[in-house]
Amino acid sequence: MSDLSLFARVRTGQPVTSGEARLAQMWRAFELLKASPAAMAGLAIIAVLVLVAMLAPVLAPYGPYAQELANQLRPPSAAHWLGTDEFGRDVLSRIVYGTRYTLYIVLLVAVIAAPIGLLVGASSGYLGGWIDTLFMRVTDIALAFPRLILALAFVTAFGPGLNNAIIAIALTGWPPYVRIARAEALTIRKSDYIAAIELMGASRLRIILLHVIPLCLPSLFVRLTLDMAGVILIAAGLGFLGLGAQPPAAEWGVMLSSGKEYMLSAWWVATFPGLAIFFVCMGFNLLGDGLRDILDPRQES
Amino acid sequence: MNARLGWLILRQVAIVFATFFGLILVTFVIGRVMPLDPVTAAVGPDVSQELYDKVYKEMGLDQPVLVQFLDYVGSVLRLEFGRSFFTNQPVTADIARVFPATLELAFCGVVIGALIGIPAGILAAVKRGTFVDGAVRVVLLIGYSAPVFWKGLILLVVFYAALGWAGGPGRLSIFYEGLVPVRTGLLLVDAALAGQWDVFRDAISHIALPAISLGYGASAYIGRMTRSFMLDQLKQEYVSVARVKGLSERQVIFGHVLPNCAVQLVTTVALTFGLLLEGAVLTETVFAWPGLGQYMTKAMFNADMNAVLGGTLVIGAIFVFLNLGSDILYRILDPRTRA
Repeated sequence: MSDLSLFARVRTGQPVTSGEARLAQMWRAFELLKASPAAMAGLAIIAVLVLVAMLAPVLAPYGPYAQELANQLRPPSAAHWLGTDEFGRDVLSRIVYGTRYTLYIVLLVAVIAAPIGLLVGASSGYLGGWIDTLFMRVTDIALAFPRLILALAFVTAFGPGLNNAIIAIALTGWPPYVRIARAEALTIRKSDYIAAIELMGASRLRIILLHVIPLCLPSLFVRLTLDMAGVILIAAGLGFLGLGAQPPAAEWGVMLSSGKEYMLSAWWVATFPGLAIFFVCMGFNLLGDGLRDILDPRQES
Repeated sequence: MNARLGWLILRQVAIVFATFFGLILVTFVIGRVMPLDPVTAAVGPDVSQELYDKVYKEMGLDQPVLVQFLDYVGSVLRLEFGRSFFTNQPVTADIARVFPATLELAFCGVVIGALIGIPAGILAAVKRGTFVDGAVRVVLLIGYSAPVFWKGLILLVVFYAALGWAGGPGRLSIFYEGLVPVRTGLLLVDAALAGQWDVFRDAISHIALPAISLGYGASAYIGRMTRSFMLDQLKQEYVSVARVKGLSERQVIFGHVLPNCAVQLVTTVALTFGLLLEGAVLTETVFAWPGLGQYMTKAMFNADMNAVLGGTLVIGAIFVFLNLGSDILYRILDPRTRA
């Protein structure tokens, strides 16, 4: 046992347990990330997003659905920093609560799409043979589909609504994760430790779930981060078309959609939710770019 | 060598067909299997029992699913997507009428995207790691991160409502409507063919804003790709040779590096075109652009499944073709991929 404190061991890369080793690795990634101001800016934006979502009731000056019909479409002022909408609702408060919708969408899509991709991709790469061929053909076909249009068609069949929109986005989003997980699994399957576990008699399912999938996670995570911007844009698009979240939900796409009617007389109603979408997408893009540079410095795109 | 190329192309063509088949299968599932009641989805909720039964038979829903699917494949191959119950026209005729507007918009968008994206990408690659590189990256990222419909709204407010520099929603101002005979459906081409240059100018002023809001987003993708293609090439030894020979940097970049990126750039632009067809769906709503996107959006609100699926198939087919077709093009044009 070293005499260093936990924090010092993690920071200097002298872990004594596997858990600490994992922490130390994350710390090193963070150190690398710190070198890139763009990635740090992205991380900061996402941190703010999460914080605002958690503290929404504290931060929002009004309720997201509180109407003041006497104060319709008022421009930004001291009482309403970002103005009010057509029902006299405070735009700032609605944007603050909208962070919750955004996080909900992003997390659910990730939770649905990523495991499908992981399982299919890791099995495909580890097992090889005809299973690999079959899975990859299907994935290639799915990758060639237009995502937004397909999500629109799915939502039309399911019926409009936030959860249906999330399912539709997830259903169109899994193919890239299959590719990533397969690529990782292909490099892992030949390694000695996998051979060792195989000799110990572990089942294929056990190897895939416990020994292949965990190693696919870092690159999957990067890809997820990069994809989140796209997910938010599609969800906002569906909300904007009236097919995603439904009014009066304080979802940014919905706010934009109802605000577009007043664009000429009350620009603030649609402009600020749009800015919010823009900043969050920017955050995910910046962070994703930074993470990719760290994990794979060869790739320049 | 050539046999191998032929085999690769054959393989790619087989993939194109498999993908089309997959597209048909997915739309079949969306249209016939997933809705709780496809008949209601097709004719709406307020119909008599006789009509309901008639449509049920007409749609072949009393047949086994496999027979239904084969029927569906047949009708798609004959380009029959059924009748839109909203416009009461065959969906194929509807799409043929509205699609040129979308095509025109997406084409202008991709031209703007390439005109901004390619020079920006070259600049970023040449000035790699400098302030210019970072600035280009950020400017492109902004285009990539902002929702296309929001960019459209902002442009509309600033350049139409406030400054009056551009035309408003729609393809033409009302007093120019119907002056030009429809030949291709592409208004700019029709106006030019008819020699109606004031109509042409008006059409340009209307298409400018939606095309810019689409093109800015596209330029982000094209610019990123251009930069990375350029950087790949700049690492090659022939670049050092060219420099050692004493060529100016300008000659190195435009005479040697850029031509080597050309094939990749062509395929990138082709892919972007497919993405813009998708993006047009959202943009058209903002600009009241009478194209396929607006047609599909209206159809969605009326639960007009035939129209939605017809539009999905058309855009999907073009998308698939561009996606995989550009791959074939790439293999033919670039000898290095044949190895």
